[in-house]
Amino acid sequence: MSVSLANPTEQGTATEAALLEVRKVAKRFGTIDVLKNISLNIASGEFLTLLGESGSGKTTLLRLIAGFEQPSVGEIWMSGQRLDILPPYRRRVNTVFQNYALFPHLSVRDNIAYGLRVKNTSRSEMSSRVDEALRMVKMQDFAASRPSKLSGGQQQRVALARALINRPQLLLLDEPLSALDANLRKEMQGELKALQREVGITFLFVTHDQEEAMALSGRIALLRDGALEQVASPREIYAHPATAYAAQFIGQTNLLRGEIRDSIATCGALRWLLDETDGPVIFSLRPESIRICADGKRQTSEVKFRATVRQQFYGGPSELLEVDCGSGQMLRVRIPARGPLAGEHDFVFTLADAIRMKE
Amino acid sequence: MTSSSPTRRAPLLATYAAFVFAFIYLPIVVLILYSFNRDGVGGFPPRHLTLNWYAQLFADAPIWDSVLNSLIVAASSVVLSLGLGLLAALALDRATFPGKALFRRLVLLPLILPGIITGLSLLMFAVFAGVHLSLLTVFLGHGTALISVATTELFAGLQKVDRAQEEASLDLGATPWQTFWRITLPNLKLSLIAAGLLIFTLSMDEIAVTFFLIGRDNTLPLQIWGRLRRGITPEINAVSTLIFAVSVALIVIWYRVRARGLGTQAQELLERP
Repeated sequence: MSVSLANPTEQGTATEAALLEVRKVAKRFGTIDVLKNISLNIASGEFLTLLGESGSGKTTLLRLIAGFEQPSVGEIWMSGQRLDILPPYRRRVNTVFQNYALFPHLSVRDNIAYGLRVKNTSRSEMSSRVDEALRMVKMQDFAASRPSKLSGGQQQRVALARALINRPQLLLLDEPLSALDANLRKEMQGELKALQREVGITFLFVTHDQEEAMALSGRIALLRDGALEQVASPREIYAHPATAYAAQFIGQTNLLRGEIRDSIATCGALRWLLDETDGPVIFSLRPESIRICADGKRQTSEVKFRATVRQQFYGGPSELLEVDCGSGQMLRVRIPARGPLAGEHDFVFTLADAIRMKE
Repeated sequence: MTSSSPTRRAPLLATYAAFVFAFIYLPIVVLILYSFNRDGVGGFPPRHLTLNWYAQLFADAPIWDSVLNSLIVAASSVVLSLGLGLLAALALDRATFPGKALFRRLVLLPLILPGIITGLSLLMFAVFAGVHLSLLTVFLGHGTALISVATTELFAGLQKVDRAQEEASLDLGATPWQTFWRITLPNLKLSLIAAGLLIFTLSMDEIAVTFFLIGRDNTLPLQIWGRLRRGITPEINAVSTLIFAVSVALIVIWYRVRARGLGTQAQELLERP
């Protein structure tokens, strides 16, 4: 793994001032290992996303931190204190639930006030803090409404305000945007990011949507079958995926499987010089790393190949091609939009863009 | 052809349905009618309408004592069976313990047990314990026999409670106890009302169990039954008419409450994005 290449401005590491430490945590339900030996540090003020397919264990990890489940093995620490032995109501952690879990029998105001009310906060303080929270999520006009009268986006805001009223050290967000339609989702992503910057609270965000994870996060922790596949900033994980799985999950890619022999890498119809030890290899080659070579010339650091355009997907500023390099080896190529294409063309990519990786 | 045959059979079906409904409801109509008949239960059709029987009824102290007794027994049975039923339903819904399946069957058994068995066994228990038969034994009999009704209704209600709401409450710093009072119980409100009304009406017209446990103070059904042995008077019709009216009112309220419950649920389903 080329962690050393991490861009320092992207919060590539969380060693200083770790707010939350997950130490070798495993969780077993019956005979199923839902989480396997997870170690993860979250820095104070960070926006970290747990990304994974459904069943990868991301929600379980969240529930362990919230306190709804106990780890089978391992410990969780927060601010130098053991967290996993505390009941949920003693943790300075609050959660935005997937379907919001607003209290239907309480008004918006009482929903938001709930966390203060159960702690016998004085009436005046409660009132001013709830007002502040309502303002923060722009829901002042709906204070007296019941949650069932609100739209999805509005319910989302109430859930956020309710979770933030206790001023948690850590906010957990369990796929909070998955119930919203695409446009609203984009809008709420922006609001979430702005809100996090404003309140400065550490966000641990769970999603299965890699685009959302890339757009929002300082770092992404990619989970696969209950184990951490890679933890890095979105740019780092995109540019240098640690594994073939990570490369495919984060963005689109072409996985080139082949072998190296006598300093020549061969992946189907593609061949280039590579001074590495012999054996099977996998490379990840992003579609945008390949371009059409109009003049047929290539630099020494480039690989040229000839392929037939089979499909063309127009996407506004760019378009995606599916090209056949011969004998059915298909590659995806993203080029600036340029009108209909057909037939055979020369394509090139820079050697450095073919990233070698583990399975 | 398949579409025409139900239409052709419709008149037949309607006649049949009319007969069934007549069988069920005509006696009630007759009962109500004769409560207004000057000449008592004899003589058809009723010729002269009167409210005399009602006047007589309102002056009849023993009847009203028995009504009061029934109300006291029913109201306290509601409290007892809802209290114990809620605990049983919570145990069935949330706890895991050895013998849970057996526990469930034992709690629900009184639903299908004949009243005679329940009454007789409670009587033997009272005699064995040296307790004098009174309204207290009737109340204990109703209250315990109807726990099963409360348990089924409240268990169904608990199963519909969104557990994420309870988790949200704990997450926001509420203790389990606060969560129960502030979140779980309000969510159970409709089930509690529905179960309460059901238990109340079941207790009001219970005879079998009551018969074994009654002391000197009669409940209304036993009062009526006692009088019937001396022959039917339209006063009985009058009191039955009143009971019928109150029952219908309660049923209407119950359905309203339920419909409102279903209404909000359906609404939430529709509004869920």
